Amino acid sequence: MWNLIKPRPATLRLWQLGLLVLLFLFWHVMTRPGLIPPFMFDNDKQAAFSFGEPIKIFGVIRDWFFINADIYQHLWVTLAETVMAFAIGAAGGLAGGLWLALSPMASAILDPYIKAMNAMPRIILAPIFAVWFGLGMGSKVALGVTLVFFIVFFNVYQGVKEVSPVVLSSARMLGASARQLLRHVYLPSVTSWVFSSLHTSVGLAFVGAVVGEYLGSSQGVGYLILQAEGSFDINTVMAGILVLTAFALVLDEMVGAIEKRLMVWQPKVGETEKL
Amino acid sequence: MAAPAIDLQGVACTFVSKDHHGQRYTAVQGVDLSVGAGEFVSVVGPTGCGKSTLLNVAAGLLAPSAGSVQIFGEPLTGTNRRAGYMFQAESLMPWRTALQNVMAGLQFQGVAQAEARTRAQEWLARVGLADFGDRYPHQMSGGMRKRASLAQTLVLDPDIILMDEPFSALDIQTRQLMENEVLSLWQAQKKAVLFITHDLDEAIAMSDRVVVMSAGPASHPMGEFAIDLPRPRDVAEVKTQPRFLELHAAIWGELREEVLKGYAQQLKKA
Repeated sequence: MWNLIKPRPATLRLWQLGLLVLLFLFWHVMTRPGLIPPFMFDNDKQAAFSFGEPIKIFGVIRDWFFINADIYQHLWVTLAETVMAFAIGAAGGLAGGLWLALSPMASAILDPYIKAMNAMPRIILAPIFAVWFGLGMGSKVALGVTLVFFIVFFNVYQGVKEVSPVVLSSARMLGASARQLLRHVYLPSVTSWVFSSLHTSVGLAFVGAVVGEYLGSSQGVGYLILQAEGSFDINTVMAGILVLTAFALVLDEMVGAIEKRLMVWQPKVGETEKL
Repeated sequence: MAAPAIDLQGVACTFVSKDHHGQRYTAVQGVDLSVGAGEFVSVVGPTGCGKSTLLNVAAGLLAPSAGSVQIFGEPLTGTNRRAGYMFQAESLMPWRTALQNVMAGLQFQGVAQAEARTRAQEWLARVGLADFGDRYPHQMSGGMRKRASLAQTLVLDPDIILMDEPFSALDIQTRQLMENEVLSLWQAQKKAVLFITHDLDEAIAMSDRVVVMSAGPASHPMGEFAIDLPRPRDVAEVKTQPRFLELHAAIWGELREEVLKGYAQQLKKA
């Protein structure tokens, strides 16, 4: 029996799923009023009040998706904001990183400004963006872009600096022009850096969208969470967090899938197979 | 007389330290070196004597601090378009397959995709990699990668081939195979070759002429030896000929002192 389910690559998913179930079970047991005698709080309703109850949370999620089917418009808004912030921020970071890494003078001039803008707590810009772009999607996208841009920017910048000088010289000796160097040497060379930054950026694009919604909006999952919090409805807050987490995971998986396709040339460890 | 393929006159290279502007290092100074069209010239010298610096100057990757560089009688500006360069380190683009790597130069020149592919495939076959065109560099052995680099350089049919210890990372058997291959390719097409090596055996076995560099800093050529061994040569067999041993003894006599000097300097620095 144990040999069948022993942790190994084939049963990896099973174990991951099992851990998740266990986590929710623990959550359920600890918060369900009347199940175990209270040991932290004065009465057994308090745990449920502060941490929510998994069964009720799943009830909320079910209502959102199937019974009332009213989450779709909110989810759509949040996802659209996230994807736009992600795309614009990543494209801008890539272009900016390549440009500054390849023109040392511009980089030297702008260096303190880049550092300052990166060091600035950019979440605080949200109210200003709300003034500039209104309370619609624009201000959320803008906030997400400022978060994503710098992550991608610094990774691309670093990636260009680490391009193998030998490969570069070799391409030059093979007659590559400046454009061809960019297209055939710099770009492929920074892809691994870009992708490692994209994984972090997906999460941050979500942060931008949700925080933006949280601070002022009329739709989006962040708005749902804010409303629920206003009435101390911890179950709905938790449900919102779970839904967001699930979609962040899906987006990250998508980035991973694209990465896998583009990075076939990268050596993988342990390519041998035991016969 | 036709202009030599490579002609360095009074070349000096001084590097300025990035962090301490006062600190300078003159790698080479007063270098006169010429390589005739179709001539195979090796440069040997102790480590750190600026051999690679010279090669980079000839390639146009490095502008000399002083002196002139002429390629087939014309002053060199920018990278040397008539030269192919084989590097000591890995120079294949890791994101391209062997075939795509060999095609790279042709693509950069704007050769049509289909023709580039045929010519690249031809060269892959010539270096014995016909069936490995779809492998990425990390899937090939060191020797195969060197072959691919060789094909990548030669597919452009350069008039000058610059080689910077291209085989130093290979094991001795692979190395002899590669040396023989390069020799037979050279024999067939007679390019001008400037070959940098620290291995005197290799230099004598392959070249028409061996140039000995003095120990750095301000290193310069201090001796030249014409290698009058008959061609075609086999790098393993040629080493048993008495004339080879004579030449080896003569060149080593000159090189030995410089090697010791270079070694002593390295110890001092450390």
